[in-house]
Amino acid sequence: MADYETHEYDVLVIGAGGAGLRAAVEASAQGATTGLVCKSLLGKAHTVMAEGGMAAAMGNVWPEDNWQVHFRDTMRGGKMLNNWRMAQIHAQESPDRVAELEEWGALFDRTDDGRISQRDFGGHRYARLAHIGDRTGLEMIRTLQQHAVHRGLDVYQECTVNRLVKDGDRVSGAVAYWRESGKPLLFRAKAIVLATGGLGKIWSITSNSWEGTGDGHALAMYAGAEMIDMECVQFHPTGMVWPPSVRGILVTEGVRGDGGTLRNSTGKRFMFEYIPPMFASETADTEAEADQWYNDKTVRRTPDLLPRDEVARAINAEVKAGRGSPHGGVFLDIATRRDSEYIQRRLPSMYHQFKQLAGVDITAEPMEVGPTAHYAMGGVRVDPETQASSVPGLFAAGEVAGGMHGSNRLGGNSLSDLVVFGRRAGLGAAEYAAGLDELPATDGGEVDEALARIRAPFEGEGKENPYTLHRALQDSMQEKVGIIRTESEMLEALDDIAELKERAANVTVEGNVQYNPGWHLALDLEHLLTSAEAITKGALERKESRGGHTREDFPGPSDEFGKVNVVGTLNEEGTVDVRQEPLPEMPAELQRLFEED
Amino acid sequence: MPNAHLRVWRGDEDGDYVEYDVEYEEGMVVLDVVHRLQATQAPDLAVRWNCKAGKCGSCSAEVNGSPKLQCMQRMEQYPEGETISIAPLKTFPLIRDLVTDVTWNYEVAKTIPEITLREREADGTHRMAQIDVDRGQEFRKCIECFICQDVCHVIRDHPENMDDFAGPRFFVRLAEVSMHPLDTNPKEATVQHGFGLEYCNITKCCTDVCPEGIHITDNAIIPLKERRADVHYDPLRALGRKLFGGRS
Repeated sequence: MADYETHEYDVLVIGAGGAGLRAAVEASAQGATTGLVCKSLLGKAHTVMAEGGMAAAMGNVWPEDNWQVHFRDTMRGGKMLNNWRMAQIHAQESPDRVAELEEWGALFDRTDDGRISQRDFGGHRYARLAHIGDRTGLEMIRTLQQHAVHRGLDVYQECTVNRLVKDGDRVSGAVAYWRESGKPLLFRAKAIVLATGGLGKIWSITSNSWEGTGDGHALAMYAGAEMIDMECVQFHPTGMVWPPSVRGILVTEGVRGDGGTLRNSTGKRFMFEYIPPMFASETADTEAEADQWYNDKTVRRTPDLLPRDEVARAINAEVKAGRGSPHGGVFLDIATRRDSEYIQRRLPSMYHQFKQLAGVDITAEPMEVGPTAHYAMGGVRVDPETQASSVPGLFAAGEVAGGMHGSNRLGGNSLSDLVVFGRRAGLGAAEYAAGLDELPATDGGEVDEALARIRAPFEGEGKENPYTLHRALQDSMQEKVGIIRTESEMLEALDDIAELKERAANVTVEGNVQYNPGWHLALDLEHLLTSAEAITKGALERKESRGGHTREDFPGPSDEFGKVNVVGTLNEEGTVDVRQEPLPEMPAELQRLFEED
Repeated sequence: MPNAHLRVWRGDEDGDYVEYDVEYEEGMVVLDVVHRLQATQAPDLAVRWNCKAGKCGSCSAEVNGSPKLQCMQRMEQYPEGETISIAPLKTFPLIRDLVTDVTWNYEVAKTIPEITLREREADGTHRMAQIDVDRGQEFRKCIECFICQDVCHVIRDHPENMDDFAGPRFFVRLAEVSMHPLDTNPKEATVQHGFGLEYCNITKCCTDVCPEGIHITDNAIIPLKERRADVHYDPLRALGRKLFGGRS
């Protein structure tokens, strides 16, 4: 078998976005020797794409805000499917994490009295998002990166983990390869934190970069971990729709938070027609009230800022009804509502993005936008306190972990999630590692198996092209397991996935192992297919519509399914089994927060 | 569909340009065409990219001889039929095709002093005025595409200077630390010798190519040079050092 280098750590963190960086910083601060592995260069993870801000009930702009209100907003936004304890921890700890980033150098926008400014976002009762213009994610990742490089942890950039290794029941290592040289590595570790982000590359229209191939979701499943609510995927309502090459790229919700409004081809502000009963009592039903709300929180909020699932479905319905924009989206107009100077100051990167990529001046004309696959609410089932998965020694934080956001995530709750639970995962992993006297074994044959699997695409006799197979998966999932789902189409998608799995076994790649993207995609295909299957099976199991999961054949929410998580695991045959399990019960004092509903 | 005639660097240092014809659609950028080439004719073509929206700074390359983000170059700007050459950044060691080894930058990053803020106010907040924050925010727009490093002749033409020259990207970092409204690092920390500020003769090449429009020379490098002059070359201080000892 080929030679490989071996590295040993107390804690290995896989992924260097916000969650992975924060986990690594924490593990290292706890005295654990820590390795951090990332697929891209350090600082390029998808966190840089987060725009609008980081939700935290600091009460800087609206003193009425507190963690209870944030908790309630988060649970209602997630249609009560959230793990209540995660939502509580998140609401309670986010303000400390914002302060910590400031301490480490993040330069948030300020209020007039010099404190951290907070902006309005969908589903948040008060202006709550700490932000830096519309490039908050870049600021977060740069701050964490700059802090991390002084903490004495080892970073492995452009290094991809392909398999976890176990010693009996517990996790003991990870097999990876250098993207640059193609050479394999074995990481031996007492504890491993998955912080691999999302899986948007399953769909053809997505806001995600090439990295979002569901690696962590799949690695966890291969290792036997339980997943929850994989069917809950967020289609962000506002992605670019034109030109074709940028289709799916995110347009921040901050545009609407700062006064932008959605219009159809007749110029009508159509969101007033799509206010669901659950939010009727707190949503404006006239344009005058909606516009007043930006400066006066005693009136009801604009329906443009309903939770993302509601807005995405509304846009989808308008386009279907023939009231869409020329390129199949709807119009997002801030030009007629705010002056040019304000728009350029609040939304500099949106201004830049549209000007350069679409030739559209957003201070003078409306944007065209439509839904784009954005975020996985479902993921690895974790303990809310420590982020431990069902596999001993394996932890998960950030987008790859499930539970926090229920069936729909509120904008701004992701950046805060990354650092709140990244920190807790680092802490949990370091504590677990401290309880082990020695490194668990990696000599059970799994390493050799993984090494052989990594090499296989060069040795295949088949003629399948990885790019073609990926495209086929994306087209199938876009058409059959997209925003609006129905049983017959999802069953077809499962057949497609099964066929693609067979074809994926015949992928052969050209060239050599040195920086070979065709080979990298060939290896990621398995993760994409496994994650897609878990999503589709979960979506078939959940016979209701809730949050990011909408069934044409079961159009409303059901009380029965509102009480359960759909739990997915990989079986011996390598296919996904799903079952229902009751949600953890919320304590009475928290339930009282919802009594006014 | 229009057709692009590309001349793309293939292989390592001993490689060469290879010519390709690739069809493209309206609205595409150079990176889209490179991806299409990869998916149809050259599956092992190495290219770095992530966000495809000018936010991550991964896809830097020399397009028609000038360093650019491939994701922000629309094809419309090139007359049809004209050859577009795409080459890796010249200043960094070539790995393969369009991918270079930018490790040096990450090593320099470790030498930049950490921000250390003064104590919080009694109410637990840090107070800063937006106008003071604006200055640092300009620097923090940097997406680390390293195009400014690539174009800087101090290292582009003289790689031997890399040992004691941090480069425009890190002058921006130093300026960021030195101008943070609440940072307590001593002034000297950001202008000490070793970062190679003195090599820069302010030709503004870095400013010209910055895709984020950061005024690298005017707002970062020149103020740092002035601060250094103040700290190290103030005649009164120099006299003081002469009389009482101390570092230059």
